[in-house]
Amino acid sequence: MRNHRTPRTATTPSPAGRTAARAGQYAALLAYLVFLAFPFLWLLSTAFKTPRELGSLHPAWIPRHPTLGNFRQAFDEQPLLHAALNSLLVALGAAVVAVLLATPMAYVMARHRGPLARAATGWVVISQAFPFVLVIIPLFLVLKNLRLIDSLAGLVLVYVVWSLPFALWMLVGYVRAVPVELEEAAAVDGAGRLRTLVSVTAPLLAPGLAATALFAFVTAWNEFFFALVLLKTPEHQTLPVVLTHFIGAEGVADLGPLAAAASLATLPSLLVFALIQRRITSGLLTGAVKS
Amino acid sequence: MTSVAEARRPAGRPATDRAAWFLVLPALIPILLLSVGPLLYGLLLAFTDAQSGRTAATRWIGGLNFQDLLHDTLFWESFRIGLVWAVGVTLPQFLLALGLALLLDQDLRLRWAARALAIVPWAMPEVVVGIMWRVVYNPDAGVLNETLRHLGLGGGRDWLSGLGTALPAVIVVGVWAGLPQTTVALLAGLQNTPRELHEAAAVDGAGAWRRFRTVTWPVLRPVALAITALNLIWNVNSFALVYVLTNGGPGGKTRLPMLFAYEEAFRYGQFGYAAAMGCVMVAVIAILLAVFLAGRLRGGDDT
Repeated sequence: MRNHRTPRTATTPSPAGRTAARAGQYAALLAYLVFLAFPFLWLLSTAFKTPRELGSLHPAWIPRHPTLGNFRQAFDEQPLLHAALNSLLVALGAAVVAVLLATPMAYVMARHRGPLARAATGWVVISQAFPFVLVIIPLFLVLKNLRLIDSLAGLVLVYVVWSLPFALWMLVGYVRAVPVELEEAAAVDGAGRLRTLVSVTAPLLAPGLAATALFAFVTAWNEFFFALVLLKTPEHQTLPVVLTHFIGAEGVADLGPLAAAASLATLPSLLVFALIQRRITSGLLTGAVKS
Repeated sequence: MTSVAEARRPAGRPATDRAAWFLVLPALIPILLLSVGPLLYGLLLAFTDAQSGRTAATRWIGGLNFQDLLHDTLFWESFRIGLVWAVGVTLPQFLLALGLALLLDQDLRLRWAARALAIVPWAMPEVVVGIMWRVVYNPDAGVLNETLRHLGLGGGRDWLSGLGTALPAVIVVGVWAGLPQTTVALLAGLQNTPRELHEAAAVDGAGAWRRFRTVTWPVLRPVALAITALNLIWNVNSFALVYVLTNGGPGGKTRLPMLFAYEEAFRYGQFGYAAAMGCVMVAVIAILLAVFLAGRLRGGDDT
């Protein structure tokens, strides 16, 4: 553990010192892995334990009689399947709409240097600091007047606007990566502006569009605050909101079903995130540093 | 060559502003309607006595909400807790992430595992992170107490219900949840550092600390500042994690400003008052941003 804070990029002088440093580095790495993995492994382990094992004062690391009972009970107690379907609809809707709306704007931001593009960039930066408290009450009132409160469509709208800034950042990067020369060549060949965009730029953007859509999907799938405030009736609620129903009013929770439902809710985000993690990192960095 | 320059025009040069507007509008309209509009509306609400579900007309009451906030001890308590939380999460997270990024920048065997695992906290819904740590902290069936019992350090503590332990316990979860993201950002920043500079500094006999200060840090600084500013702002806006872990309890010891405002607005229906709270938080965020920008400008002068 000793050396994990010390940068050690070049070689250390003596072989003994080097071995000690290496040992320290591996110890630190191992500590990190344990810190990262343990809560998650414990959640999984808890999800497969029998009620009797959960009640024992010395909980086992690995369930001795693994059971699916908690999963069954979780589905019996709360409308998990329905909530997952709601989440899926909202997340898909938000992803598709966000990409459709963001792509033209990102194109302008990437290719033009007018006051419009500058203003848009400024807004993207500011939106990173968006004060949810100040926005949620008026939004609640606005959506109520539009009769979009307690509806999945209203939530999709909110999520679209909410994921737009970051989607724009990612897309601007992807558009810049498409060489202008290609568009110029198409223009020389007599293709109109729209033709050029659709037949030359769009296909090259496809991976970027997919990554951006996946990002918007995970954001919406995971979101809780807006969903909690805007969705009132249980049959409209998304998965994160329904998960909190497992925790009773007094904060008492039935650990087994709670752990089972929580593990299941993570799977889609984990899968999607594994696909796009690298792209989000680069988007985050350009967004943060170049602002 | 002139033909190329001419060909450049249609795509390379800015088209008419009208075309640009046409492309921007689909995103701009929802943005104006659903984020800029509500933001301004919220600023107005802060000066009214708006309440949910009442029939009387909403009245303009000037700065009365802000006056009330000044004298609201519960608000100041939540403000203080919010500061402890934001700094308590951001600072250790940054230091840990910096150490880890430097570590993962090395040629180590298990590096891939760290990178693969880092996805877990990052991708998890915050609600699930909260639930997971409730399971970990559970007084009887939790892994933390069981580990402590194994090590002979007692155990049986109810971490999330203890008046003294709740806030630290919640802060640990906050650090856990954001650690990978911060680490990965710093790691990416580190990989911009030119290797030759390190080698040259090492040949010159510079120690590890000196090499860090003179070679690594100047390159890393913009990334470090940016990620820290973002983390601070995100932490000021935190809600889901603590809502699930403690719901502000015990006795309000973990009632972050967002939880306080949520209760005011959606439990007690005090829309105007909660909007005023929102204004205060916006001011705090603006100050954070200003400090961050000042830091960046100073960095620009150095170089």
